[in-house]
Amino acid sequence: MADERAFKLRIITPDRVFYEGEAIMVELRTTEGEIGVLKNHIPLTCIVAPGILRIRESDDVTKTAALISGFVQILQDEVTILAEVIEWPEEIDVKRAEEARIRAERRLAEKASGTNLKRAELALQRSVARIEAARK
Amino acid sequence: MASMRDIKRRKTSIQSTQQITKAMKLVSTVKLQRAKARAERSKTYFGAMYDTVHDIIARTGHMDNPYVSERDSNRKAVIVITSNRGLAGGYNSNIVKMVAGSGLDRKEVDIYAIGKKGRDLLKRRGFEIKVDHSEVINEPLFSDAMHIADEVLESYRAGEVGELWLAYTGFKNTVSHIPTLIKLLPVDDETVPGEGDGGSDDSSETDKKSSAGSRAGSDEPKVSLSLMNYEPEETEALELIIPKYVSSLIYGALIEAVASENGARMQAMDSATSNAEEMIGTLELQYNRARQGHITQELTEIIGGAEALSS
Repeated sequence: MADERAFKLRIITPDRVFYEGEAIMVELRTTEGEIGVLKNHIPLTCIVAPGILRIRESDDVTKTAALISGFVQILQDEVTILAEVIEWPEEIDVKRAEEARIRAERRLAEKASGTNLKRAELALQRSVARIEAARK
Repeated sequence: MASMRDIKRRKTSIQSTQQITKAMKLVSTVKLQRAKARAERSKTYFGAMYDTVHDIIARTGHMDNPYVSERDSNRKAVIVITSNRGLAGGYNSNIVKMVAGSGLDRKEVDIYAIGKKGRDLLKRRGFEIKVDHSEVINEPLFSDAMHIADEVLESYRAGEVGELWLAYTGFKNTVSHIPTLIKLLPVDDETVPGEGDGGSDDSSETDKKSSAGSRAGSDEPKVSLSLMNYEPEETEALELIIPKYVSSLIYGALIEAVASENGARMQAMDSATSNAEEMIGTLELQYNRARQGHITQELTEIIGGAEALSS
């Protein structure tokens, strides 16, 4: 199926090629906010923030994954995501993520100082992203 | 000439050693296969990672960023990756020799040791071992590399160390492993290209080329460079990417080191096994000769005795 809106998408992790194929739209969260990428996007490199990655392969097939950290390189007809941590919904341990979320929330409630606060916030983002991705 | 019993005893002992070396060779062959496959799977990632960092640095030139500019401290952190177990030929001593002979002053060096053998050898040579992560090398995970990178970067940011080096054995193919020493930080524009050639991973060259080629109509690298936008902008992005860069290089080095270790052990055990074979052959010959001599002597004695009786 040669969809003219399709572009090449590669998701690479240090251990494997996570995904390789064609997509017509990719949605993900960056440090600057949520973005959706279509074909012929201007070349852009941005940093990933923990969130859900949606890969629309065709009009009615959408895949989701929990994208935790890494960065994205967008070229006109090719998108490469260098992900350190990324998981398909079925790989996520929901129980563990739930526990991590509660732990992080408690830590935030305690108002820990400086770096700890930041770490707890990140942990919360990570766990929420995992839980949401697993729910889909 | 040694007695028959001595020779026989020696032969059995060599035979059992040979069995051990043979088994170790088989084990490391299997492990090598696995490590090699793993190293190949990760190469794409490092190629792309290298590309991006290289790209950003080339675009921004000299900037006021702690990861790029020179630091005041003249202490150097060296991450040394060796193995936990010996019997791998020159694998560990080559790395140690390279670090010791690299011109780095041992008084200015903090060693971050990964691998017991390298740690002990360097300690004996008078290097200061700051941190020991030897357990990692058995089964390197990306989170281990991240953890080590965090630790090193922390002391780098705090100004405790001014330079960051990485020493490991690069895996070229099954029989050739190259001890490599590369400078990770500060990244200056001149060292960046050399770094890729000398170290990270030789085969990422091809990845680099392919991804460079795919970059929108790149007749000239400059053109493609100016097309890329960064969000957040370069300096900020660099600050976020450099830790990832360092940890992925460390991870790549760990994986290659594991492959090299098993390759080196396989070779060492292979030659040990064939040496044993040779020694067994020689002893076999000696044993047969001794046995023959023994029989001849007994015969002479019997004949001598019979002749003495009959006469």
